Amino acid sequence: MPNFRTLVLGWGNPGRGDDGLGPALAGIIEAQADDGLTVESDYQLQVEDAAEIARHDRVVFVDADRSGPEPFSCRRLAPAETGLSFTSHSVSPEALLKLTGELFGREPETWLVGIRGYDFDTFDETLSPRARANLAATAGFLSDALRDGCFEERPGPGRSESTCGGRPADSEDVK
Amino acid sequence: MPNTKTERIVIEPVTRVEGHGKVTILLDEDRKVSEARLHIVEFRGFERFIQGRPFWELPVLVQRLCGICPVSHHLCAAKAVDGIIGADELTPTAEKMRRLMHYGQMFQSHALHFFHLASPDLLFGFDAPVEKRNVIGVIAEHPDLAVQGVMMRKFGQEIIKVTAGKKVHGTGAIPGGINKNLSIAERDVLLAEMDQMLGWSLEAVKLAKGYTLDNIDWVAAFGSFDSNHLSIVRPDGAMDLYHGNLRAVDSMGDSIIDQVDPNDYLDVIAEEVRPWSYMKFPFLKKLGPETGWYRVGPLARVNTCDFIDTPLAEGARKEFFEAIGGGVGAPCNVTMAYHWARMIELLHSAEKIGELLHDHDLQGEDIVVPPGERREEFVAMIEAPRGTLTHHYRVDESDQVTMANLIVSTTCNNEPMNRAVRGIAEEHLSGVSEITEGLLNHIEVGIRAYDPCLSCATHAMGQMPLEVTLQTADGQTIDRRTKP
Repeated sequence: MPNFRTLVLGWGNPGRGDDGLGPALAGIIEAQADDGLTVESDYQLQVEDAAEIARHDRVVFVDADRSGPEPFSCRRLAPAETGLSFTSHSVSPEALLKLTGELFGREPETWLVGIRGYDFDTFDETLSPRARANLAATAGFLSDALRDGCFEERPGPGRSESTCGGRPADSEDVK
Repeated sequence: MPNTKTERIVIEPVTRVEGHGKVTILLDEDRKVSEARLHIVEFRGFERFIQGRPFWELPVLVQRLCGICPVSHHLCAAKAVDGIIGADELTPTAEKMRRLMHYGQMFQSHALHFFHLASPDLLFGFDAPVEKRNVIGVIAEHPDLAVQGVMMRKFGQEIIKVTAGKKVHGTGAIPGGINKNLSIAERDVLLAEMDQMLGWSLEAVKLAKGYTLDNIDWVAAFGSFDSNHLSIVRPDGAMDLYHGNLRAVDSMGDSIIDQVDPNDYLDVIAEEVRPWSYMKFPFLKKLGPETGWYRVGPLARVNTCDFIDTPLAEGARKEFFEAIGGGVGAPCNVTMAYHWARMIELLHSAEKIGELLHDHDLQGEDIVVPPGERREEFVAMIEAPRGTLTHHYRVDESDQVTMANLIVSTTCNNEPMNRAVRGIAEEHLSGVSEITEGLLNHIEVGIRAYDPCLSCATHAMGQMPLEVTLQTADGQTIDRRTKP
């Protein structure tokens, strides 16, 4: 059993145009999965994902982004109650981290990758051409980051927010 | 002389229900409620979207339109396609694998609703601070319940994963059967948790029962009204969430329709269109649109069935009617009793899952039957977590879908939810010029009892505002509140 485990969790509805960017990236990454990498995708984040998150040292959430930078953004996340009281339709990643900490006593290093999309108001199982280009760029970034164990905010302050070296100092071995 | 000057209070969207909704309360010039409407932004375009697609794609295609209950659409469409190809009797392995998938869906959906959506209201009260009235608040004071909710939901999702193939775009049900059985290894992983899930389900029934009876003085009246109730039932009258014929009873328990084949639904059900909502309002033709509306979902199913064929849930059903039934043979019309009924179904689902996991048919190799006599039209029904789901398709000689009519559970509960909102608003909002958080939540709690699925919205980052607006009849905004 690997002693450092990473979870990539992409979510969205592939039947709603660019909303499927998260699962699409999860599908690409899944093909590269090794022993230390778990890849999941779903229509939405839900409370039970906290149990899976708790089993990992690093978590990378991947979602479509309506208004973020092109081609993608990557930022570090911290636990927060944001989104908990609003709707069960989509529990926020921050809220899931909060749940993970409260329920299972775990706080993995967590990143949110937002892939810029454009067409969300359609019943179409295909991504728009610009979204496909953004997906390819994001796949390259995430593949490199997972291979090198080096995540950093994009766009952002760069290495001051990075985890290059692969393993946060305070992470614990998965029992 | 009728009042012509009204004000509108708009609550948008409703929190902790699936999707987005907007509540409009029309006040007259005396600040009394004149009308209440739940606007549901359901995108009806998917029925059009389906047209022209090959019918064998339907089981996979339709589930992509909803992130909330894809399994229900997957299975209902599969049943309809079985009918089109003339596969009228599946193999035991296929039938039981589909049922396992369905009970897994029911189990996870009911657990999520009770432990993480409804329990904050039930445990802390409607007027508790909003920052406490969520799952983190439940964790702080009832950590065992919060963990149970997560683990029960996860158990149900694992069942879906091993029966449907995967969580997104499951492909388990195919025309005439299924595409995989359940391996011994998959079965044993689930069986290892079965006793725990059954125990937690029993405790959940106890919790819902205790809450209802401890608060019966106000629960009995909160958003309640007499209504008809509808579901499918087995030919012998037993609750059957996967397959059966239509039955409806009135508020006194008298039969309205019974054992109507789903293919004959248009003989007994019609849909009314109203100008202010995208949703249709189904009603029983025999009674007409004014009195023929009906409730569906857990409360309706417990009311319409004669018995439940699993011992623990049947015992819980009997306790339910002894405590809160409407009298000998009469249904329960208490809106908040949806929660108790939902937990009875949670227990029933757990018992069914346990039965199925011990059934060696799930490891059978005979998983698909050959097509029989082809049909051009078929109607399938299933009891989704929120109520009766109908899929009606017509296809042409080139296998393309030419017509689709889907009646989803929340559509059936449209009129009941409007009545619940109006009743609650009349009692709690009349004469109040400002919407307080507590008052607002009373309305939301009334709607939440039905566990509605309000839309198939996308969810991408950057959305999800919550805005409460007070408007005059001519659209002028006089107050606005935003929730974080």
